[in-house]
Order: sequence, then C-alpha cells, then structure tokens
Amino acid sequence: MSDTQTHAVNVAQNNQAPRGLNLDREDICLTAEDLSLYYGEDQALKGLDIRIPKNRITAFIGPSGCGKSTFLRCFNRMNDLIDSVRIEGTIRLDGADIYDKTVDIPELRRRVGMVFQKPNPFPKSIYENVAYGLRLQGVKNRRRLDEVVEKSLKRAALWDEVKDRLHENAFGLSGGQQQRLVIARAIAIDPEVLLLDEPCSALDPLATLKIEELMIELKKDYTLVIVTHNMQQAARVSDYTAFMYMGELIEYADTDTLFTSPAKKQTEDYITGRFG
Amino acid sequence: MDKSFFKQHISQQFNAELEDIIKQVMAMGGLVEQQLADAVHAMVEGDVELAEKVMTSDYQINAKEVEIDEECTHILARRQPTASDLRLVIAVIKTITDLERMGDEAERVGRMGLHLLDADRNSAPMADIASMGEHAREMTRGALDAFARMDVEQAVRVAQQDIQIDSLYEIITQKLMKQMTASPDSVPRLMDIIWATRSLERIGDRARNICEYVVYFVKGKDVRHTSYDQMAEEATGDRH
Repeated sequence: MSDTQTHAVNVAQNNQAPRGLNLDREDICLTAEDLSLYYGEDQALKGLDIRIPKNRITAFIGPSGCGKSTFLRCFNRMNDLIDSVRIEGTIRLDGADIYDKTVDIPELRRRVGMVFQKPNPFPKSIYENVAYGLRLQGVKNRRRLDEVVEKSLKRAALWDEVKDRLHENAFGLSGGQQQRLVIARAIAIDPEVLLLDEPCSALDPLATLKIEELMIELKKDYTLVIVTHNMQQAARVSDYTAFMYMGELIEYADTDTLFTSPAKKQTEDYITGRFG
Repeated sequence: MDKSFFKQHISQQFNAELEDIIKQVMAMGGLVEQQLADAVHAMVEGDVELAEKVMTSDYQINAKEVEIDEECTHILARRQPTASDLRLVIAVIKTITDLERMGDEAERVGRMGLHLLDADRNSAPMADIASMGEHAREMTRGALDAFARMDVEQAVRVAQQDIQIDSLYEIITQKLMKQMTASPDSVPRLMDIIWATRSLERIGDRARNICEYVVYFVKGKDVRHTSYDQMAEEATGDRH
C-alpha cells in the first residue's frame, strides 16, 4: 500500500530545473537592458532584457526574422556597420556599457569574437589564418606565433588534422574544418565571449557534431552565445535558451525546462512545430 | 490543453501518430478493464469458464504493450518530440507499463475463480471483495478517461479514490485474519484470497500512477511521491 503522506517530498524541490541550473546563481557576463533596435523606422528589437551567464552556452532560437541574429550582433556592435541602425537601451560586458563613447570598438570585438554561418577563412594558409589577429596586434615573434597557432588549433580540435599542412591554403579544408579554423582564429586573440551565428547550418551532421563537441569544450574558457535554427542543436548543446518572436524575447529559461515544460504557449507552439 | 491540441502540428503525419498512440492506450485500457471485471466476477461467483477466459486473454494486453512501446520508440527516433509532445510520449510509455502490470494482477485474481472452493467462498467476505473490485475498475476507467480528456481535475479526483480501495483492503484483511485465527486449517486457502485482494489493491495504486502521468503530461509537473493535497495544488496551477 502506498503511504503517500509519509513519502511526500517537497514539490518545490521536485520542480527545480533538472540539472539545478539557475540564472540567479550564475556569474553574469553580458546583459541587455531594455534594448531596442531600429532599422530606419522599423523596430527590430523591442525592449529586450537578458542576462547571459559566464562559461555557459546560451542559445537564441526563433523563426526567421524574429531578430535573433540582430540581437546577437548587438553584443559586439556589429550592427554599427549598418548606417540606418539606431539602438536604445544598454548592453554591458562585465558590467561596463559597451555602447559608451569611450569604448574602443576593435578591442571590444577582440573580447567578443564572432563566428558566422558560412566559414570565412582568409585566402591564406592555415597558419596565417590563425596568426592573423596576433599579427594585426603587432606580434612578430615567431616562437610566440607558433605557440598561439598550435594552442588555438588544439583548442579548436583541428590540430591533429592539419599539423602536417599548416602552410597549405585554408580553402583546401572541408567545410567543417574551415569552421573550426575560423573558431581557432577567433580564440587566438584570447576573447572572453564567442558569438556564433548559425555556425553549423552549412555543415553535414558529423561536422556539426564535432562543432557541438567543441563548443562544450570551449565553454570551460569562454562564454558562448549561439543563434541556431536547429532546435535539436540548441537542446543538445546549450545550458540556457532564449525563444524570440517578432523582436521580442518571449521566454528565457534553462534549456531542460524550456524544452520539456515551457511556460509560454508561443514557445510551446514553436518548439513542437504547431501553427502559431 | 484539450484534445485538439494534438491536431495542431504543421506535420499532419505527426498529428496522426500521436493520436494513434492515444487511441491505442485507450484500447489497451479497455482490455484491462474488461479483464478486471471478468476476473472479479469469476472469483466471486466461482465462474470457471470466465476464469479460464481471463487466463487465456492476458496475452492480448502484453501484445498491446509491445506494440505501443514500439510506436513510441519510432516517434522518439523520428520526431524528437519536445515539450507537451515529449511529455505525452513519456506518459504513454509509463502508462502502458502500469496497464500491463494491472493485467497481470487481474489474471492473478481470475485464477482464484479456478482454485477457490465453494466453502471458502461462503466464508470469505465476498461482498467486500466484489465492492473492492468494482472500485478498482471504476478507478481504472476514471484514470483512462482523464488521460483521454487531458483532464487534470478528474485525474486528481480519481487518484483520491485509492483511499477507499486501501481502506477496503484493510477491512477485508482484518476479517480474513480473524478467520485464520479461529480456524488455522483455513490459513493456506485464505492466504490465497488475501493475495487476490492485494492484487486489487495494487491495481488501485497503478491507476493512481496513471492519474499522476496525466498531471505530468498536461501540466508538466511531476507529482509522484507527493500527497493528495500537493497533487491537487499542482494540478490547479496555471499553464499557458
């Protein structure tokens, strides 16, 4: 006979996030406060607030045009490159406003690196691709360059595949290898954050899994933010997931909760493939 | 959440697959309910023919479990369901495990229809056992109905019926214990009756489990190992 009274456990305990993730207990790396973005007259982001935790993978998901890539690009001011863009609100990196007038933008982009949908190696050798950022910084010492290139390629899980052909053209690599090379190039200049905009959408499933494995490895040293159309990918790799819809942040929760028991119907409809 | 919720996927095929597993669970539940009714009747009335039918029909329930399990595995592999869809598939997998065990318990009760002597039947509290069987059947039906309607309030109400089954079990056990003390010769045969009532009691527990899965898949709340009050509280909480 089940004596449910004596075996009763605290329901509140039962309903905690399955792996115990809780934003309130995280070190916060990036924050957006009431962030709005306009392309001319059109408002693309509508008063977004988010806290992105350090050494975690945070995924942005949502249908095309929901603003997730636009939002991602706000974190290293990539949107500054578009003339008609106007931004209101605040984004902080380690507490400091990155839209402050005194901010050195190239330095910001060194701290907040970015990887794009299509691998974009430079038309140079594998070695020179990874060394590029350091050379820009004026590093000439060959031994130092060798060290950083090797370390970055190892961290990007590419070293074993390319160590015998470092001076061959990067275009000779496969798509998945090129994407890992681009990640090696990004981490060679020692960033704090990596923004990844659909990093696997041009890759086959195996190359995708390699990048996902790499992301999980990289979060030990970096904070990762990924935009993805692939919900299973968000579910597989991320610790926290934000669902966006038409420029709004609909729901933001630890990934386990969001994919098993989302609080908002719009999130439920999107992740289960229902007509919204 | 209502029944139409599983008809709103962009993929019509996925809608059909989910609806199909729900239908199959109901069909399996129907078999269990029938087995239970037949088993209790066979035991209480000493209907040997019906008891034999119960013995030979359990395989249908087992086959249904295997079939639904396989379908759930396909859905998980092909659709990678999330949120309420995932919770539904998980709830189905758990429900059919309980239903299959309920079928086994019914079979054990039915077997009494073959073994019990009329003399035992006259001395045992058969009216109480019949009543307990009726409660277990009602609970099973109620749990499945709550599942089909995705009705958490009904699930909570049905779960609470387990209290009545448990108290009937206590009453019957007490009566049988007294008889055993008075006539030690009857112990082996009366123990068989205790085992049968124990099976009915377990059926109540498993029906309660199904009610808990209903709360899980509709509300996303895990109410296993909680009190009835906590279960009711979670079930009435808002969702969407």
